[in-house]
Amino acid sequence: MTDFSVEKKILKGKSFKFGDDISTDLIAPGRYFHLRSNMGELAKHVLEDADPEFAKKIKSGGFVVGGKNFGLGSSREHAPTIIKIAGAGAVLAKSFARIFFRNCINVGLPALICDTDKIGEGDLLEINLGEGTIKNITKNLEISFSPLPEVMVKILGDGGLAEHVRKNRGFNL
Amino acid sequence: MEKTISEKIISRHSGRDAGAGDIVVVNIDVVMAQDGTGPLAVSQIEKMEFDKIKNSSKSIFFIDHAAPSPKKELSNTHKVLREFSKKTGAAISEVGKGVCHQILIESYTCPGDIVIGADSHTCTSGALGAFATGMGSTDIAVGFVLAKTWLMVPETVKVNFNGKLNSGVYAKDLIIYLISKITSDGATYKAIEFAGEASDGFSMDDRFTISNMAVEAGAKTGIFNSDEVTRKYLKKQGRENCYREVTADGGAKYENVVDIDCCSIEPMVSRPHTVDNAVPISKLDKTKIDQVFIGTCTNGRLSDLKIAADILKGREVASSVRLIVAPASRNVFVKALDEGIIKTLVESGAAILPPGCGPCVGVHQGVLGDDEVCLSTQNRNFKGRMGNPNSFIYLSSPAAAAWSAVKGYIADPREVLSK
Repeated sequence: MTDFSVEKKILKGKSFKFGDDISTDLIAPGRYFHLRSNMGELAKHVLEDADPEFAKKIKSGGFVVGGKNFGLGSSREHAPTIIKIAGAGAVLAKSFARIFFRNCINVGLPALICDTDKIGEGDLLEINLGEGTIKNITKNLEISFSPLPEVMVKILGDGGLAEHVRKNRGFNL
Repeated sequence: MEKTISEKIISRHSGRDAGAGDIVVVNIDVVMAQDGTGPLAVSQIEKMEFDKIKNSSKSIFFIDHAAPSPKKELSNTHKVLREFSKKTGAAISEVGKGVCHQILIESYTCPGDIVIGADSHTCTSGALGAFATGMGSTDIAVGFVLAKTWLMVPETVKVNFNGKLNSGVYAKDLIIYLISKITSDGATYKAIEFAGEASDGFSMDDRFTISNMAVEAGAKTGIFNSDEVTRKYLKKQGRENCYREVTADGGAKYENVVDIDCCSIEPMVSRPHTVDNAVPISKLDKTKIDQVFIGTCTNGRLSDLKIAADILKGREVASSVRLIVAPASRNVFVKALDEGIIKTLVESGAAILPPGCGPCVGVHQGVLGDDEVCLSTQNRNFKGRMGNPNSFIYLSSPAAAAWSAVKGYIADPREVLSK
């Protein structure tokens, strides 16, 4: 099985559910463009247009759980970055938009592709990144997620792309 | 192995016989970021402990998304880009020069290139036969310092445009139709190759509009093969020497082939809040609008402004509508001035913005009020896109936008074009 060397291999927390097609405009709205140089401030508005209370709710940890095509739209890396800063341990979705998915790995936020219909709002989840499984404790269900490509495992294992390139003075994939 | 255009370009840039599914490190030709993503790229370059960029002549920072700056925080991030450019020799494209993707196609992208940009609509350059794709700031930071990136070679969806477009129907209608058909994630992780007899007849402006919106179907890039139209376009800009022939092999393998009969397409409109939520304009029931925006990397080129001006000539924008126009670049602006297009637009009641992204990004220059409705020629209509989550964005061609501005509601441009 894939071995992630991220800080915690087992993550535990509550699910916060969102629908299909959650765009980066919903995650990091353009009207806060001027806060992009102040990621902590921007994180206070994360997903605000989908759930105005979300930034408060996620403070004590948990997971963002979406439907299909999560993160479509702009290339703004600020989107996954503020999800991470706000307190989420991972993003789970049935599918991800390409740039958002790549950005998640680059900033060290696990993005897991799985059947999110098996997860309800507020369900308690235990994610084992090493084994590739998600335990839905509330529903007493086991959910598997698709393994990441080996290059992404390496990047995530190094703590993100910037750290990977700093350490290796180039790609070592 | 017979190859798609993407496989050929990636093979050439990786020194490997690369096919769909392979993961490769490639050399890149052009790398760019804009004022919304560039400052983070700069701080990532510092974090990686690099102080030089690899290829300064084709590494560019664009100040286009919030230009001129509406807020002191943004003015300060613009300063970060200017200082970094001074220090490293990276090119900087200043306020008023235009939208990043437009400047790339006017001055930087060559057929056969790999272009990466910290902006999702970097795929616009695909119209010139380049493998062009959007990424986040950290990937782009790496591109600046190494002139390399890693890629998974995408599978390709081939889209054949057959037949001829009817009057009043444009490249914008075609691409909206395609996205509505394959949906907003129909080409995720894949390249789209645009082909077919109709596409041979498309102007470069048509091709740019189509490639620009490939990402709205989730695609990694949207490529046309290069041909005489490409060569003439480059020649006009004094860049004929960078023309290269870029075509797919006859036996290339496609993940899917989509055939589109252009004759059957009507003018299309995307409704709030996704691009694939589209219908023929005739199906809309006089939807009232408050603002019309003509411009952007999708439809802010000379032919777009000309189509709008031809419809607006001798007419006035409805009193209930604000018409905002932003040329995609300074070159476009100057030509539109020379040809009297800007005068016609202004006389009809349009407010002209400096070349740049304008209100498309929701930062400034036309933020919508609560419950307001905008018809725009941009590429995206997500909730909150134009700065207010309580507003509604419809997308159309410049012709439909111009005619709707006159009528005060979303109207079919064939009503005026058939007269």
